[in-house]
Amino acid sequence: MSKNFKEKFAFTILALITMCVIIPALFIFSYIIYNGIGTISLEFIFSAPRRGMTEGGIFPAIVGTMSLILGTIVFALPLGVGTAIYLVEYAKKNLLTKLISLAILNLAGVPSVVYGLFGLGLFVLLLGFGSSILSGALTLSCLILPIIIKSSEAAIKSVPNIYREASLALGATKWQTIYKVVLPTAMPGIITGAILGIGRAAGETAAILLTVAAFFLPRLPNSIMDQVMVLSYHLYIISSQVPGMPDAIKNGTALVLLGVVGIFFFVATVVRIRYKLANRE
Amino acid sequence: MLKITVSDLNLHYEDFHALKNISLNIEDKKVTALIGPSGCGKSTFLRTINRMNDLIDDVKIEGLVMLEDQDIYNKDVDVAALRRRVGMVFQKPNPFPKSIYENVAYGPRRYGIKAKNQLDEIVERSLKKAAIWEEVKDRLNKSALSLSGGQQQRLCIARALAMEPEVLLMDEPTASLDPIATGRIEELISQLKKDYAIIIVTHSMQQAARISDKTAFFLLGEIVETGKTKEVFTTPKDKRTEDYITGRFG
Repeated sequence: MSKNFKEKFAFTILALITMCVIIPALFIFSYIIYNGIGTISLEFIFSAPRRGMTEGGIFPAIVGTMSLILGTIVFALPLGVGTAIYLVEYAKKNLLTKLISLAILNLAGVPSVVYGLFGLGLFVLLLGFGSSILSGALTLSCLILPIIIKSSEAAIKSVPNIYREASLALGATKWQTIYKVVLPTAMPGIITGAILGIGRAAGETAAILLTVAAFFLPRLPNSIMDQVMVLSYHLYIISSQVPGMPDAIKNGTALVLLGVVGIFFFVATVVRIRYKLANRE
Repeated sequence: MLKITVSDLNLHYEDFHALKNISLNIEDKKVTALIGPSGCGKSTFLRTINRMNDLIDDVKIEGLVMLEDQDIYNKDVDVAALRRRVGMVFQKPNPFPKSIYENVAYGPRRYGIKAKNQLDEIVERSLKKAAIWEEVKDRLNKSALSLSGGQQQRLCIARALAMEPEVLLMDEPTASLDPIATGRIEELISQLKKDYAIIIVTHSMQQAARISDKTAFFLLGEIVETGKTKEVFTTPKDKRTEDYITGRFG
């Protein structure tokens, strides 16, 4: 086989594999958009469900999901980035650090329902937060922490050491170096991790089932100590637990969930691009 | 006048004895060149003077390094403050991925200068001193990474000068540059020695001969010979120095 042929062959195979990944995703997106778009109206988005959820909108669930995502970011991002900074910049490279890294990787593989039970035991019962946004956000934070830590770690490690040396040689302290040089340079990578985490948290059902999600609660939460409806769980209920549910509502709900995640992705991407430009400018 | 006095300096890196009984005097407003084959310890020595070796685990340093009358390895020394007095330029130009202005203002900002006009003045003065002001004055807010390699290196020199250091350490500052850019840096070094004590590590014999006043020849962690550059290059006292500068090994 000629070198040229091998080159073309490899290229074709890789392109096909990429297609295999992209096409199902595109199919799912277009299916949801095509079937759901007819349901979307101001009333559907901004009113509460009525008549055993077969009529009305899904506003409480949208608010629930958004507040959960926000809460999760608030807890998970500082904790995750802080851990990553410590592991990369401060921790001695010894057996203990290796074990911690391994443990974090393993956490990423724990089934989400286990996180749900953990959240129920710790946040809901032991700490007495009850079934609430706070408990749910904390549980989801635990769930996405490994993702945030690992991607932040990779981003911080990829900052060239010559930047650190340059900063320290100018009389900056270690923390100034991290805060002013390392973090801004690593920020696009950190935000990518946050985006992955948000996606995971927004779609999660098992972990919130026991910690925050309400079956039917057609009003808005007053505080983070309230239970809420959540889009992912709501979707599960109306798809499998409520007989005679119109397909339009199911499809519309799926589209809205996709949209909410999309909004967070969009915001994160804008921030990411701003950091990238600031680094290059 | 003596700026730095090093006596009986030993540096161990884990089991490796990297610097052996180094004693060397660095004069103010002179250029001291450190020459020697790769791995001979000259960069390691350079990095003891601004304590950059502190960053590496398992380094043990013994001996005395005096910057004027201050023992820089005394436990009361503020390392950040020391590094403001002893600036450093690296082998590979390493401007931050920030604007030209922010690169130069980085050091002064870190020790608390906030006033815009004061920073403007420092930036302009430093860039002029590093002979790059004319080339960048119209694009101070452009990325430092948009500059050529030689310009980046002069920017890094400007960044170090912004701290108003007393000593300038240069670790093969022209190793990654073309001959023209190298020429400009060498010219700049000759200008700068009026105000600073400069220590330069170089692999180029010609460069050492062209720009330095004093030369120290390192071999396997020891200083073999040290003296006025002219004498070291024309009448070396040690056979090994002669072999090295005539290109018989290294």
